[in-house]
Amino acid sequence: MKMKKSAYPYILWMGIFIVVPLLLILYFAFTSGDSQNFSSFQFSLDNFRRFFTPIYLKVLGRSVNLAFISTVICLLLGYPVAYIICKEKLRKRNIMILMFVIPMWMNFLLRTYAWLTLLGRNGLINYLMSKLGFGTLNLIYNDKAVLLGMVYNFLPFMVLPIYSVLVKIDKSLIEAAEDLGANKAEVFLKVVLPLSLPGIMTGITMVFIPAVSTFIISSLLGGNKYNLIGNLIEQQFRWTGDWHFGSSMSIILMVFILITMAVTSKFDKEKEGGGGGLW
Amino acid sequence: MVNKGIKRLYTFLIFLFLYAPIIVLIVFSFNDSKSRGVWAGFTFKWYIELFKDAGILKALYYTLLVAVLSAIISTVIGTFAAIGISNMPSLSKKIVLNLNYLPVLNPDIVTAVSLMALFRFLRIEFGFATMLLSHITFSIPYVILSVLPKLKQMNKHLAEAAMDLGATPFYALRKVVIPEIMPGIITGGLIAFTLSVDDFVISFFNTGKGVSNLSIEIFSMTRRGINPVINALSTLMFLSLMVLLLIINKRTEKSEIERGEIL
Amino acid sequence: MKRLKSIILILVVMIMVGTLAGCGGNKPSINVYNWGDYIDESVLKDFEKEYGIKVNYSMFATNEDLYVKLKQGGESFDVIFPSDYMIERMIREGMLVKLDKDNIPNLENIDKDFFNLDFDPSNEYSVPYMWGTVGIIYNKTMVDDVVDSWDILWNEKYKDQIIMLNSQRDTIAVALLKLGYSMNTRNVDELEQAKKELIKQRPLVWAYQGDEVKDTMVGGEAALAVVWSGDAVAMIRDNPDLEYVIPREGTNLWFDSMVIPSTAKNKEGAEKFIDFLCRPDIAARNTDYIGYSTPIPEAIEMLPDEIKNSKVAYPTKEEMGDTEIFRDPMDIIQVYDKIWTEIMSEQ
Repeated sequence: MKMKKSAYPYILWMGIFIVVPLLLILYFAFTSGDSQNFSSFQFSLDNFRRFFTPIYLKVLGRSVNLAFISTVICLLLGYPVAYIICKEKLRKRNIMILMFVIPMWMNFLLRTYAWLTLLGRNGLINYLMSKLGFGTLNLIYNDKAVLLGMVYNFLPFMVLPIYSVLVKIDKSLIEAAEDLGANKAEVFLKVVLPLSLPGIMTGITMVFIPAVSTFIISSLLGGNKYNLIGNLIEQQFRWTGDWHFGSSMSIILMVFILITMAVTSKFDKEKEGGGGGLW
Repeated sequence: MVNKGIKRLYTFLIFLFLYAPIIVLIVFSFNDSKSRGVWAGFTFKWYIELFKDAGILKALYYTLLVAVLSAIISTVIGTFAAIGISNMPSLSKKIVLNLNYLPVLNPDIVTAVSLMALFRFLRIEFGFATMLLSHITFSIPYVILSVLPKLKQMNKHLAEAAMDLGATPFYALRKVVIPEIMPGIITGGLIAFTLSVDDFVISFFNTGKGVSNLSIEIFSMTRRGINPVINALSTLMFLSLMVLLLIINKRTEKSEIERGEIL
Repeated sequence: MKRLKSIILILVVMIMVGTLAGCGGNKPSINVYNWGDYIDESVLKDFEKEYGIKVNYSMFATNEDLYVKLKQGGESFDVIFPSDYMIERMIREGMLVKLDKDNIPNLENIDKDFFNLDFDPSNEYSVPYMWGTVGIIYNKTMVDDVVDSWDILWNEKYKDQIIMLNSQRDTIAVALLKLGYSMNTRNVDELEQAKKELIKQRPLVWAYQGDEVKDTMVGGEAALAVVWSGDAVAMIRDNPDLEYVIPREGTNLWFDSMVIPSTAKNKEGAEKFIDFLCRPDIAARNTDYIGYSTPIPEAIEMLPDEIKNSKVAYPTKEEMGDTEIFRDPMDIIQVYDKIWTEIMSEQ
């Protein structure tokens, strides 16, 4: 079919706007010198050597751990929401999905600041808690606050893909299963869940990857006490000015994510070349 | 039924979770103080100042313009690309997909700096065009990510069947394929719009000539503290979106009677 | 098809409108690049009216962002507002032009004590805009010890009640000052010691914050914090339980000044703008809006009494004690980065 030709314009676009910048980053990563002065670059593996020391690896580990947990939480919280919404009538469904997305159009920094007001020692939540007679909770500047922030930020990115796949599942398949005697749980586990797998994989991709490289949430909600790899990379580019080190960390992060995605793809039964995830 | 009650409660809690910070923002837009730590009384002054602030209004204009344009353009390019990719042989498909996801894999700052270096290299002057191009670049992968699962889900033979019945490939595309994958296209477009509206780093390093967006204005206030005029603006934006939502709701109510799926 | 065509047409028009909107008219103009929320916008309008020069105003978030944008050269600016150490760096790298002092007669109005500072020895490149100090703000109701030294921030009694700045240099500087060293030291030994102090302090620090520290302290959520004097003024106004103190070991004296980049296209307009901002009445309005301290004595006179006489906003030389201005760190910045990462990696 001639359909594949429709991808050619984009492939050209990618060539310019993705491949070339990637090559630039690789160039930065494998050289050292004054970042602002191309002529001073010399080949060097120092940037990579510097990273593979306990301190930086610990940071990477911490980031991956946090991203993993928030992805799992987003999946556990988000799947039911997507499921509930897709069961509604068309009009209500669309409204609900829009309502899910609209908060994302309010500036992210502002919303994160608002969490400070909610979670603070004298913040709204603790205020309500004390009115209700409970003691105050330690809700902020710790890893729980960071997790909350991550889930808050990424939940819609998990819900939307799952929803868009769930909504188009052929109802007759479900009816057939019920006719054959399956109960609700079996219908879900054996029919719906497997069919929604492409959406789940997309959701996981759209949450895990940004979660690994996030830094604003850990900075504001974690009181800057949990340096994540995103913080480190941002620092290199926007404070220290060492784009070489920053680029090498990005390459390492990229490779790491690609490997992770390749490994998880082994668990996806639908092996025919990619339902949207990365492999 | 207990089941229904639990579902309702759960959905309500999730939405409360999503909207709590927004409610805080709205409340503090009426606070007679620049501080979010104390309530100093009710005032409309930030709203009045907002309409005198040309800089912020201009930023709002550019934010919306870039978001709408990049969403539409990236959705179009991305959808066609996804259709093409899903019909590619396995190996080239893998390569293209992995390249495609690079902007997704990269932290914002890396995409920002690499695009900036690219534009410098090509000697393109920074301004509206460069900002728009960078937004489109980081949006397309998400559109593809949203559309591909739907393409996979779709019965491949539908398009073939249409063409067997005499449709041209383009007609088959328009009347068969696209309606099938429409939820994915819409999702992709929404995500592209969302990412664009909120972007700071990539926009900051790839703009010029006084073209700014709201995120740049807001982030550049982080040394001094966010001017509550921004809270007022956010509140107004939120209210307009809610009104828009109501209008869409009403209109869908009418069309629902006639056709199946509209949005 | 028709619908598609009309959509494409609309798109093209929108893109054209967007691109053209960026272009200016034939009126003379200057490109000004400043910190966020760091000017009274009505001042810009008055300048445009008086001089007939349009001001294209954009904002940056940090000195380092400013540096990158300037170095990359994709855009030209006529007036920018870097901080002390960044000015030193820009001078060293030849990124600035010397000012023609004849074109800036209002330079006269600036307090002579703010001239010929280390970062611009003969004051050939910069004109001070705002200045201030760094100190400890504390909540009187939550702190019963005397606050006059940096070491109170290491006092176990205030565990989880202390806020430090999330800026590498400012926080390492506090540790260095506590140890009696210079903020600008290049001695690796001294820096190591500062690192150890900060690691020791970590369990006591509730958070490392940026501008959120203001809300935190005003909301009474913590007892002690390190802040800039300009912010302290606003915080005390919102919460009278707060007090600001410059520790006896000394502190950082900082400046944000106006300079003209070498890539500027309208140097004349730039100098007029700088001159305009040094007019006492304009400076007074500006300072009043921004809330930080102006270097122009006549402007200070025009401010309300509570600010004029504020020891926080306008301390005397004695009250300031030993002050140091940040110097360009150059390569030491990598050492800072490593130290900071090590401090932050401690669990």
